[in-house]
Amino acid sequence: MTRTDESKSERPPRRHFLEIFLGTGIVASLISFLYPVIRYLIPPPRSDLGSNTVLAANVGALRVNSGKIFRFGDKPAILILTPGDKYVAFTAVCTHLGCTVQYRPDLHEIWCPCHNGKYDLQGRNISGPPPRPLVEFDVHVRGNDIYVSRPAAS
Amino acid sequence: MEGKSPAQGGRLGWFPILACLAFCLAFLPGAGAQTAPDSCLACHSRLDPPLEVNPEAFAKGIHAQNGLTCVSCHGGDATSSDMARAMSPAAGFKGHIGRKQIPALCASCHSNATYMRRFNPSLRTDQFSQYQTSVHGQLLAKGDAKVAVCTDCHGLHDIRAPTDPRSSVYPLNVAKTCAACHADAAYMKPYKIPTNQYAAYTASVHYEDLTVGSDLSAPTCVTCHGSHGAVPPGVTSVVNVCSTCHVFQARLFDRSPHKQAFATMGLPGCVVCHSNHRIVEPTDAFVGTGKGAVCVNCHTRGDTGYVAAARIHRSLGELQASIRRSNGILTRAEASGMEVGQAKLELADAQDDLTKARVAVHNFNPVPVDKDVQAGLVITQKTYQAGVAALAERDYRRKGLGISLIVILGVVIGFWLLIRKVESRGQQEAKK
Amino acid sequence: MSAAAQIRDWLDERFGWNDLVSFLRHKTVPLHRYSYWYYLGGITLFLFCLQVVTGILLLLYYRPTPSDAFGSVQYIMTQARFGWLIRSIHAWGANLMIFTAFAHMFSVAFFKAYRKPRELTWLSGMVLLFLVLGFGFSGYLLPWNTLAFFATTVGTDLVGQVPLVGHWLLIFLRGGEDVTAATLGRFFAFHVAVLPGLATAFILLHLLLIQRFGISVPPSVEARWKANPFERREIGFFPNFLLRELMAWYLALGVLGSLAALRPWSLGTMAKPFASAPAGIRPEWYFMFMFETLKLLPARVGFMTGESLGVIVFGLAAALWTLLPFFDRDSRGRRHRWAAGAVVFALAYVLALTAYGYGVMAK
Repeated sequence: MTRTDESKSERPPRRHFLEIFLGTGIVASLISFLYPVIRYLIPPPRSDLGSNTVLAANVGALRVNSGKIFRFGDKPAILILTPGDKYVAFTAVCTHLGCTVQYRPDLHEIWCPCHNGKYDLQGRNISGPPPRPLVEFDVHVRGNDIYVSRPAAS
Repeated sequence: MEGKSPAQGGRLGWFPILACLAFCLAFLPGAGAQTAPDSCLACHSRLDPPLEVNPEAFAKGIHAQNGLTCVSCHGGDATSSDMARAMSPAAGFKGHIGRKQIPALCASCHSNATYMRRFNPSLRTDQFSQYQTSVHGQLLAKGDAKVAVCTDCHGLHDIRAPTDPRSSVYPLNVAKTCAACHADAAYMKPYKIPTNQYAAYTASVHYEDLTVGSDLSAPTCVTCHGSHGAVPPGVTSVVNVCSTCHVFQARLFDRSPHKQAFATMGLPGCVVCHSNHRIVEPTDAFVGTGKGAVCVNCHTRGDTGYVAAARIHRSLGELQASIRRSNGILTRAEASGMEVGQAKLELADAQDDLTKARVAVHNFNPVPVDKDVQAGLVITQKTYQAGVAALAERDYRRKGLGISLIVILGVVIGFWLLIRKVESRGQQEAKK
Repeated sequence: MSAAAQIRDWLDERFGWNDLVSFLRHKTVPLHRYSYWYYLGGITLFLFCLQVVTGILLLLYYRPTPSDAFGSVQYIMTQARFGWLIRSIHAWGANLMIFTAFAHMFSVAFFKAYRKPRELTWLSGMVLLFLVLGFGFSGYLLPWNTLAFFATTVGTDLVGQVPLVGHWLLIFLRGGEDVTAATLGRFFAFHVAVLPGLATAFILLHLLLIQRFGISVPPSVEARWKANPFERREIGFFPNFLLRELMAWYLALGVLGSLAALRPWSLGTMAKPFASAPAGIRPEWYFMFMFETLKLLPARVGFMTGESLGVIVFGLAAALWTLLPFFDRDSRGRRHRWAAGAVVFALAYVLALTAYGYGVMAK
């Protein structure tokens, strides 16, 4: 039994190396698992408001009688601060052939540059080829933020 | 007995009169529920056409709704159930109104602004004067009774307001009303004009907008021809008529070489390429030199117009294909879970440029078209690159995982070696 | 006394720690040419734990309503950091787990590990297999994309073909007549609460029974060892088998990571319930053999529809398969060979029809 004692006390360097190698490997693999998980747990800067609400702009970004195109999902939408100092928002996809409309401060109307279609500030199609009005969105001002959301089903 | 007056049953014969009276007496207690006693409808609701009048239809019509009765147009005495008295000239009975008298009769109220104000102050009162300028009115003045008069379009005893969907002149019904004569080849034979307009119109995009698209402002016959003053637009007026809606195209046409050329040749502007009634959705194949192109109807191979048309067609096709390519790669990236919403939004701008380029075709000059096309191509290039980047990012993730796989493999090997060591040591001990 | 020894004593005074440790230390696993099959059960358990962990992580961002579900999965894939990794691992892990569960079951069937006294282990295992298939079916709907929506419609339609109770089952599963928001809500509840609870209970039972009875040895090996006792080989559970088990788990992790990397799970397109079903709707591979069988049956068989008959046949087959230990009671004799034959036939059938299904789809 002396041999066994000797072999035990000698602690061959190869097995020692193996323990270190395996230990390091396990720790490394655990880190490579935990790192993504920890980063995943931290909420990203742009929180998920769902597909129905979007932060359109900040108060003060728009002057009276001007409009701004913003992204709603993957379609453009338009936010207007009317001459009457009220925020209104519509889809910016023209109901004729889908061009992106714009606000015309000189006309006080929403205008489509493709075929001269015009909508009033309630989204109604008043001139030119558009066959239907623009869908209107709800606007909520919370503090400094202007949120635009799809109208709730009535 | 000769020379008897109608009141004595002379001219009409006594038997029909007696029969009529007996008829009326038998059914008078149950005669129609008019607000005012109406002896006219009491009989005429039970006669055969052409003397028949449907009392319910008349009651629902706009004239009855506004308090007018048979007497308002035909005269006579509606309170009397005695036919002779009811239909006497002394009571102002006009009898059957001849076709040539109808416009003047209707105008006796409808052109009287003071009178019409009582009912609807915003209603126009110039219909008759307009009618007199129309082809229908002019032919009627010359003695042709076949042409349309007020009742042919608006109805006779069942007239509804034009805003009523059941009216024969409601926008959805106008074309059918006009077609009642204008599509009847036998009826229109003496006039030597085509009768295929209705068939052509129903194949058009204007008709589709009206019926399928439910756009009541879409053009129907009266939009271009006028309603009361109906006259086909002259060759020189066509562009003006179309331009009431198609402003941009008309403006560009006016500045283009085609305006002068068409005027010299007496060609009717827009109609030359787009037709007048069978106006279909123009595709990119319209402009160019290939199949379905209208340019080659006049231009021949090698002339300036031919070359320009070919170039325009090629430009449009290039942008169209580029948009499709970008859309394809972005859709692929999105379906594999990559975020490409911003790029898709920007691609819509390229589609806008294509739409504008198609309007710019009316310059009949490749240069302005190319301007819009180039703007669009810049965007499609950018969005295509965004799609490529998204797919590359997806692939990059694969490689990132490769590193952790190496670590895992290392651990597996480590375990295997450890097992060998542990067990050989165990075997050695066991052997002792 | 060292700190470790003090803790050990504290635990032993309250929980019998030393007994537990000595049991584990003396637990052995038989070693023979078929020992590799023993790992499948452990791998399935490991994958289940992985599914629970990744599932909980997904739960932080997922929203179970038709208007939000697809968008939330898209958010996980595109905005949440490493969300694409978590989701791909969860999706591939599910498939891998079902595969190893089936493999484990077939290996147990082949080696007749269900024979006395392990009948209850087999029964609890069968329950777990059904639960796992339920996990797969309910989870598949959650992203609310087109394929999932229509696969669920077809799947629940088939459940409706069960005679007598079929329609009631269909209403219960769908939360109504059609696949709607109610269905998504139910499937979500099943997937994250009901099935995990049941699965945990049955896993604990399954593991307890395994500890009680030890690891089974195939009949041929058992016979040889009975004849020559000195040929019997065993390795200690701790550390030998455990090390091997850990190695197998790391290998499974490697396979899973490679799959997630090389073939990331796609998002698809959002479901539009009133649109018509796209061509080529088919279930996931683990239901393919049933799906193909039903398609091969004629439209009507006697007084019932082909599908009803198919559903009945499968129900009967599943029941008989579950009761296999009670049928195969002799250690030799006809029943023994019949059972063995049935196992081979079942495996061949599943493999053949799955391959056929994919072959047909490829056309």
